[in-house]
Amino acid sequence: MATVIIPTPLRKFTHNAARLDIQAATVGEALQRLATDYPELKKHLFDEQGQIRTFLNLFVGEDDVRDLQWADTPLAPEATLSIVPAIAGGVDQWREVTFSKEELARYNRHIIIPEFGLEAQQKLKAARVLVVGSGGLGSPLLLYLAAAGVGTIGIVDFDRVDDSNLQRQVLFGTDAVGQPKVVAARRRLEALNPHIRIVTYDAVLNSRNALDILSDYDVVADGTDNFPTRYLVNDACVLLGKTNVYASIFQFEGQVSVFNYRYPNGEWGPNYRDLYPTPPPPGLVPSCAEGGVLGVLPGIIGSMQACEVIKVLTGVGEPLSGRLFVFDALTFETRTFRVKRREDNPLNGKNPTITELIDYEQFCGVKVVERPVREITPQELLHWQATGQAFQLVDVREPHEYEQVNIGAELIPLATVLENAHRLSREIPVVVHCRSGARSAKAIRELEDRLGFHNLYNLKGGILAYLEAAKPEVAG
Amino acid sequence: MLYFSPQTYRCMLADAVQTFPDECCGFLLGVENDKGERYLTDLLIVNNAKEGDKRRRFEIASKDYLRAERYADERDLTLLGVYHSHPNHPAVPSEHDRLAAQPFFSYVIVSVLDGRADAVRSWRLNDERHFEEEPIHLQQTEVSPC
Repeated sequence: MATVIIPTPLRKFTHNAARLDIQAATVGEALQRLATDYPELKKHLFDEQGQIRTFLNLFVGEDDVRDLQWADTPLAPEATLSIVPAIAGGVDQWREVTFSKEELARYNRHIIIPEFGLEAQQKLKAARVLVVGSGGLGSPLLLYLAAAGVGTIGIVDFDRVDDSNLQRQVLFGTDAVGQPKVVAARRRLEALNPHIRIVTYDAVLNSRNALDILSDYDVVADGTDNFPTRYLVNDACVLLGKTNVYASIFQFEGQVSVFNYRYPNGEWGPNYRDLYPTPPPPGLVPSCAEGGVLGVLPGIIGSMQACEVIKVLTGVGEPLSGRLFVFDALTFETRTFRVKRREDNPLNGKNPTITELIDYEQFCGVKVVERPVREITPQELLHWQATGQAFQLVDVREPHEYEQVNIGAELIPLATVLENAHRLSREIPVVVHCRSGARSAKAIRELEDRLGFHNLYNLKGGILAYLEAAKPEVAG
Repeated sequence: MLYFSPQTYRCMLADAVQTFPDECCGFLLGVENDKGERYLTDLLIVNNAKEGDKRRRFEIASKDYLRAERYADERDLTLLGVYHSHPNHPAVPSEHDRLAAQPFFSYVIVSVLDGRADAVRSWRLNDERHFEEEPIHLQQTEVSPC
């Protein structure tokens, strides 16, 4: 029989026994046994999900079971298992926060709410929030967090402002087109509130830099538009113990939830993998660039996301943890679903298998199915045109885009490509283009997969790149 | 009620002042009678094992915890609580203190303002995991009335 040493604070649940002999083969089994024999002890050993509490350290002999096999660590009959409570604490940093006269005037309407007050405003100023993506959701999110007085706001975005962003990304004006988003965002936010600090990362968030960037922040707000990044942000948040305020939008529908929230009793709320254990098949859920989005929708959903970030930071109200909020702008209906933690969650379920960040492109199947299509550069196309090479040119954009500017291609909008496939040659090369290359690549994959085409070329960078490449020649 | 012997109280305040501006921490030992009155007779000063910001955080290493349990065992005392300091902050438990708190233990916080010991208050977790203040009494003699 192994001996379990009970720490003083838990002895009142074991009838003051300091040492108990337990018949168990592993550490996990010994704790289960204790919980059965002393029911009052259970909630001090396990959290609501049946996980061993994070504030307990376990030693077999002199060795920390974290360095062994955690709950599966075997217990020899003569082994001693010591339960050691973690003893830690400290002061709340926000109590040190003070405000200038200008700040007090600016935040007055927050401070005078009785449930909010100066204390919540201090917590906001002491807080550090990382916003991933400064697009449709990131725009209202960043504007409201900055206006509310969140002391440090980090922004990760690799993109540049494009004309097609302005219909919904209200952080940017016409003058910002062409600029890196983080540069334009910083300028706008600093003009809005000079009392806060903006930190920018002009980079793609990936498995190599995510832990490093996220570790500097208290709360992460995910406003990205793709599944690999969503899983990446989620996993990094769970591994680092950060709360992830999540939102997503598609066409007319938006979702909001708060993941990996730490309840006052120390329990962790569900995360993205409890809601979506596996990513959807690639291509099933199109991005905004492919499927479009009603411009005001990210404004609504991103504002809700900002609201949840502020609630999490200040502890005011009940955060949307364990619940998924869904809004349908077409019917103006809302629904709220319960989300529970899953035992098979690979991050923090019963048997965690993910202990570091993985390759999320591969996990989401993006790499596998989104195989590269054959490409032609604008320069090569110009050369074909100049030398009179035989080829067919097809434009898969929408008619109004075609009206605005075209390069003499046949117009077959993406949605009608398959039914119009008979119009495509199978003998000579067919160059397919759209605005920037995403929709035409999709068209080519469908034509190749469904109808066995072998002579299709995607115009790299689309009509935008072509016009850019053609310009000097026109000028010259 | 938590009764401090003069010696224990003095040592605790001295540790809090000497460690300023960092947080100090240690264990409080003694006996508890059947009326739930706690008489502190011994104190163990422990290293703040927190890596990083020791001005705002403290952490006690597992080996130091086990040493305290052994110390109590050998002298027939009870490990009754933990003390730590709040440099330039009130002697009120923070959210961090509450999350990590254990049942049964008395959590004594010494507020140190600009290097001088200020308020000393003790807190215990109730069944809802909220802190309730526990009155402190400083004894005049070293004799424990148990």
